Amino acid sequence: MDFTEEQINRYSRHILLPEVGGKGQKKIAKSKILLVGAGGLGSPAALYLSAAGVGTIGLIDSDVVDLTNLQRQILHHTPDVGRPKVQSGKEKIQALNPDVSVSMYEERLTAGNALKIFGDYDIVIDGVDNFPAKFLINDACFFAEKPLIHGGILRFDGRVTTIIPKKSACYRCVFKAPPPPGLVASCQEAGVIGVLAGIIGTIQATEALKLILGVGRPLTDRLLDFDARKTQFREIKVRRNQNCALCGDHPTITELFDDGDPYAGCAVRPSA
Amino acid sequence: MQVKINGKPEEIQSGTVLDLLNAKKIEPQMVAVEVNDKVLERDDLATTHLHEGDQVEFLFYMGGGR
Repeated sequence: MDFTEEQINRYSRHILLPEVGGKGQKKIAKSKILLVGAGGLGSPAALYLSAAGVGTIGLIDSDVVDLTNLQRQILHHTPDVGRPKVQSGKEKIQALNPDVSVSMYEERLTAGNALKIFGDYDIVIDGVDNFPAKFLINDACFFAEKPLIHGGILRFDGRVTTIIPKKSACYRCVFKAPPPPGLVASCQEAGVIGVLAGIIGTIQATEALKLILGVGRPLTDRLLDFDARKTQFREIKVRRNQNCALCGDHPTITELFDDGDPYAGCAVRPSA
Repeated sequence: MQVKINGKPEEIQSGTVLDLLNAKKIEPQMVAVEVNDKVLERDDLATTHLHEGDQVEFLFYMGGGR
């Protein structure tokens, strides 16, 4: 694969970097990244990854754009209200960079379709808003052996971590299972400061590019928590858990399943 | 005795991790607890005694993303 003169110009600020160069830019151009959720976290990730020249971006989302999304989901604009998010997302990505090929999956991620879709990608980015889906993504990445960039946002707090299946701590190593639905407040009740999606989603995109390029140290075995009130990051060390039901020594989860009702809720931090 | 909770030094009564959760009115099912970088099984919360200087992390679920 050779770059045209226009592409060399477009990606010149990457190519100038010794860590990227023409060779790294080609790796980016060949990469395939799946965004589960084309919303708050998926928006900045999609925009920066397409600007970076990622070859293929997959978008999974079954929703249409709602007016309440626009406060943070910058992939979607006011005229998109009512349109499928994958469609709106594909248009913005290709307007930004026609080099990017976009695959749309206008459906919910389930135990039935996850492995088939994940199989076509190099890296998966979690941009979903509920625990059953977050656990499903974690499990599917384990079975498909795909690196996962996990993200979460809530109120003024955000969290990112990178999971390399069988090598670093997985989501279940720390959070065994989704919280009991009765104890969970809904996303709508909880609220989120919109810019947080930009901060966390952009870190997720950064982690994905680092993995593609093989640059630096991935955010594995660490939870990076961000507190927007204090503008403070904190890193929490985690490790693989030998008792993990998924990736431990004696796993009890041996195939993919839907772990709870995805509509059950998203927010559980005490508001203190 | 003094321990670190989510990075901050705090004076607490001696006891188990479950005692500390109860004192802080945190529902055990809502949190993953790490002591000195190791995640505790839920069954071990009541039997794990805290010691001076322990580093405790209460990791709350953070579920949003949309």
